[in-house]
Amino acid sequence: MELKDIIKEENKVYSKPELLDDVHMHYCPGCSHGVVHKLIAEVVAEMGLTEKTVGISPVGCAVFAYNYIDVDWVEAAHGRAPAVATAISRLWPEDVVFTYQGDGDMAAIGTAETIHAANRGENIVMIFINNAIYGMTGGQMAPTTLIGQKTATTPYGRRVDLNGHPLEITDILATLPGTCYVTRQAVHTPAGARKTKAAIKKAFENALTKKGTSVVEVVSTCNSGWKLSPVKANEWMEENMFKHYPLGDLKVD
Amino acid sequence: MAKLKGAITVNVERCKGCNLCVAACPTDTLSLQPNEVNDRGYHYAYMSNPDACTGCCSCAWVCPDACIEVYRVKID
Repeated sequence: MELKDIIKEENKVYSKPELLDDVHMHYCPGCSHGVVHKLIAEVVAEMGLTEKTVGISPVGCAVFAYNYIDVDWVEAAHGRAPAVATAISRLWPEDVVFTYQGDGDMAAIGTAETIHAANRGENIVMIFINNAIYGMTGGQMAPTTLIGQKTATTPYGRRVDLNGHPLEITDILATLPGTCYVTRQAVHTPAGARKTKAAIKKAFENALTKKGTSVVEVVSTCNSGWKLSPVKANEWMEENMFKHYPLGDLKVD
Repeated sequence: MAKLKGAITVNVERCKGCNLCVAACPTDTLSLQPNEVNDRGYHYAYMSNPDACTGCCSCAWVCPDACIEVYRVKID
């Protein structure tokens, strides 16, 4: 069978989601952000929520998320995405509001907003991209950086006596009564991406049915910050990140 | 048993040559262009072994730039 017989519109089984704009994404080659953007665009379209979804973009690499996914967006001040999401979800209760945050936004400067929004049980979805480094500013240590991990500000590796322990913000959120669904996923394999999509879908359903705050952590790579190739970064993540941040559901109500 | 035959197309200008699709492909269908580059200078992905493709979509699922379209037919 010739290729031209296979490549026909009626045989298409996978293509770029329509909600993902046809613009060049500024992310580095192999960045997990792109996969998560794609999954959000697919979930929003499949659930028919295109006109009812509001995203809150963070400060960090994903700051331009509003250029890539064709839903309504608000760009919040650094770390304040859950506070802005709280306001929008209370004023427009029929809409689905999600925040898209990195580890610096959610677990460092925005820890207070994150914890209190989850503790109030706001009907929002928090999508948390944890790559254990500050990617946008040049690879400095993040709160989630692993012990011994080398970054621009910990050139000999993170030390507990000097830098403290990695912050497991998702585990903390799972202990709060306001959260209804807390899960940790990764998008480095096709199976992982499918599971993450199912998790995002479940989180959006929870927001629609007003069950409380849903948190989807995506353990991600930052191959530029880690100074590895995209494929090697995935291997490093499997070997090191998953030990400290094991995948799976932390809380399902 | 019906056999699945697949093919992919790559949006060459969107592709950043990250190699994740090549690593994810279970049938070693894909490679990065050894010489050709796109407008941004990336060695984009292409089907180096199109006969092996089963249209499983693994490449498309892991592609961070959503530049892969997958087609699949059943052959009886």
